[in-house]
Amino acid sequence: MIQNEMSRRRLLGLGVGLGAAATLTLAGCGGGSSTKGSTAAGNGGKDYTGPKVDLKLWNGFTGGDGDIFKKLVEQFNSEHQNIAVSVITYEWQDYYSKLPGAVTSGNGPDIAVMHMDQLATFAARGVITELDDVAKALELSEGDFAPTVWKGGIYHDKRYGIPLDMHPMGFYYNKAVMQKAGLDPNKPPATKDEYTAALTELKKSGVQGFWVSPFQFTGGMTFYSLLHQWGGTLFDGEVAKATFNSDPAVEACTWLVDMIKQGFSPANVGQDADYLALKSGKNAFNFNGIWQINDLKKSPQVQWGVAPLPQIGSQKATWANSHNFTIVKQRSADNNKVSGAKVFINWLSQHSLDWAKGGQIPARKEVREGAEFKALPEISALAPELEYAAFPPASPGLGEVMTTFYNSFNEAALGKKSPKQALDDGVNKANKQLEDNRKKYGS
Amino acid sequence: MADVIEVGAARGDAPPPAGRTRRRGATERGHRATPYLFLAPYLVLFLVFGLAPILFGIWISLHQWDLQLPNRPFIGLENYRDLFSSDSADYADWWSSVRATAIFTVLSVPLLVVVPLGLALLLNEKFPGRTFFRAAFFAPYVLGVAVIGLLWRFLLDANLGLVNRLLGAVGLPADTPWVTDVPWAWVSLVGVTVWWTCGFNAVIYLAGLQDIPAELYEAARVDGATAWDRFRHVTLPGLRPVLLFVLTTTILASANVFGQSFLITQGAPGEQTRTVVWRIVDEGLRNYDVGQASAMSVLFALLLAVVSIVNFRLFRYRED
Repeated sequence: MIQNEMSRRRLLGLGVGLGAAATLTLAGCGGGSSTKGSTAAGNGGKDYTGPKVDLKLWNGFTGGDGDIFKKLVEQFNSEHQNIAVSVITYEWQDYYSKLPGAVTSGNGPDIAVMHMDQLATFAARGVITELDDVAKALELSEGDFAPTVWKGGIYHDKRYGIPLDMHPMGFYYNKAVMQKAGLDPNKPPATKDEYTAALTELKKSGVQGFWVSPFQFTGGMTFYSLLHQWGGTLFDGEVAKATFNSDPAVEACTWLVDMIKQGFSPANVGQDADYLALKSGKNAFNFNGIWQINDLKKSPQVQWGVAPLPQIGSQKATWANSHNFTIVKQRSADNNKVSGAKVFINWLSQHSLDWAKGGQIPARKEVREGAEFKALPEISALAPELEYAAFPPASPGLGEVMTTFYNSFNEAALGKKSPKQALDDGVNKANKQLEDNRKKYGS
Repeated sequence: MADVIEVGAARGDAPPPAGRTRRRGATERGHRATPYLFLAPYLVLFLVFGLAPILFGIWISLHQWDLQLPNRPFIGLENYRDLFSSDSADYADWWSSVRATAIFTVLSVPLLVVVPLGLALLLNEKFPGRTFFRAAFFAPYVLGVAVIGLLWRFLLDANLGLVNRLLGAVGLPADTPWVTDVPWAWVSLVGVTVWWTCGFNAVIYLAGLQDIPAELYEAARVDGATAWDRFRHVTLPGLRPVLLFVLTTTILASANVFGQSFLITQGAPGEQTRTVVWRIVDEGLRNYDVGQASAMSVLFALLLAVVSIVNFRLFRYRED
């Protein structure tokens, strides 16, 4: 449980979206220029030959992935005599609230790992620096990544993040429970009809097969996925208006709420109860984050499998996010540090297969398509999802708006309001928040 | 006072008559400065860590103050106006969090004042194992809110939790949504808080009870007072200052509730159990809108000040 809790917290930053960071003392001046083609800033991360630099790297990998990350950094340090990276780890939730203060006071890190949906906020606040030259030097382009991941690192036509990995939701199923209900445990349902048929069978054998959690983890994220499966979006193209009360959204929400009404799911599912019930054989299916794979591996008595999300709506889609490397602007720009940081980002990006063992899908296509990655069966099983993953849009200050989105689903799932009413109310509030954001960030 | 005069006298080297008047002047000056000198260490701390941040907070609340944006324009009372005008994005959230906090405070304070008092009266009796029970009732208080939050979230889970299972085992309804629906969520939050913190108030009561002279009870017994009479006429008056202390601190503590609802109900349903402090933390530390968060804090502090003043007035009235 603790693992699950950690993982959940680890990701809590994503959706709850902790605004952003740091001082703008540099916003208008030096920070950017140090990275724009100046020779002193290095060659975009190919190598670094200057004097020895010490780099601080902040991240939020507190779960099993943290150890793997630290080992990778140790390996990097031993291979680079003139760059020493030290890793500082906080829980994501603390991480995003500590970072602004640290950067303001000049104690911030040089490199920061950041979720994709935070990049725009931090970029708008001038906390992180542009990395177009790194991408260029690494000869990275959209083709090397899933397009959505690659585009997610861009804010106002400039790149701020180099994607390290991607973490979509997966479809977890309990094989023992399926078997007991007479279902083929090696053939998880993949369509709407198969899904409801399976749930009906499960119900006959006395199992509520799909617990709909009212909370962001994981019911809200499930709704997020289904809304896109029905062809809806959370916001319009400019992220100026919320659209999660459109017809497809209401249909997706209604389908989930009906799961409860039809008795496929119990009502009033508590936080994490859906996942605990899957593990303990009380339900059969759970849409949950890829990070649960490592947790399930620790419970050998559970017979489970993971597959891409079934297609319930008219198209395939899943919630996903991505960890990105960013370089933090400093009060006094040190070009050596910046080039050292770029070397590190470059190196780690190339070693993202090792990172995949931490339970994430590597961002790089070549790694994803290699035999070694395919030898990680559970994780590579979710890789195909990236072609249609719905990443959160790049817009500053979106965290608060996402909370509104998740809360309106909460009210619908708990039966406090009808899906239509809950989503309408949510959109009204979200639009006010988006307007406030526009005033605040000026775009 | 005497010390001051002696200091003055020891220093006096002028002839007695003139010295006398001068000494009196010096004495008065010393008299005036001395308390401040004694106060000085605390006063400095208070000014630096108390008053200055309060004033700075009020100043911030008059700005659109974001930790990282370079412009922090002065906007007057706009942050406050947002909290009172129904067309702002913050209005509904703010008042729903005030409502949640008020509900929790009104429900929890009477229990947190009365239950520990009963507990303290029991634990003040002499019986075998008394120390064990004192420790047992105080024990939950040493746990952090994160521990009790996670613990109870799972115990109270509607579908998997132990509480519903036990209720079902004795034939009671086993599907109560303890953490996801009101009013059950309030029952859970208040119940958990009483279980968690009543040991602390009980310890304070115990200390107060032990300060009441035993002779008073003996005299009352001699006069033929029943247990109830002794409680009413000896215990309660003896505890009055302790009661005022417990009531005031408990109201303030309950009004500052945050961790319990954050962890146990996660604000559900919707945002109905999301409290004021949670809202302020969200606004200031997650959205970095420190100006708005400060305005909320100032307004909340004013509300609590009013409540505390009313509380003191009521007690004084009873004393008269």
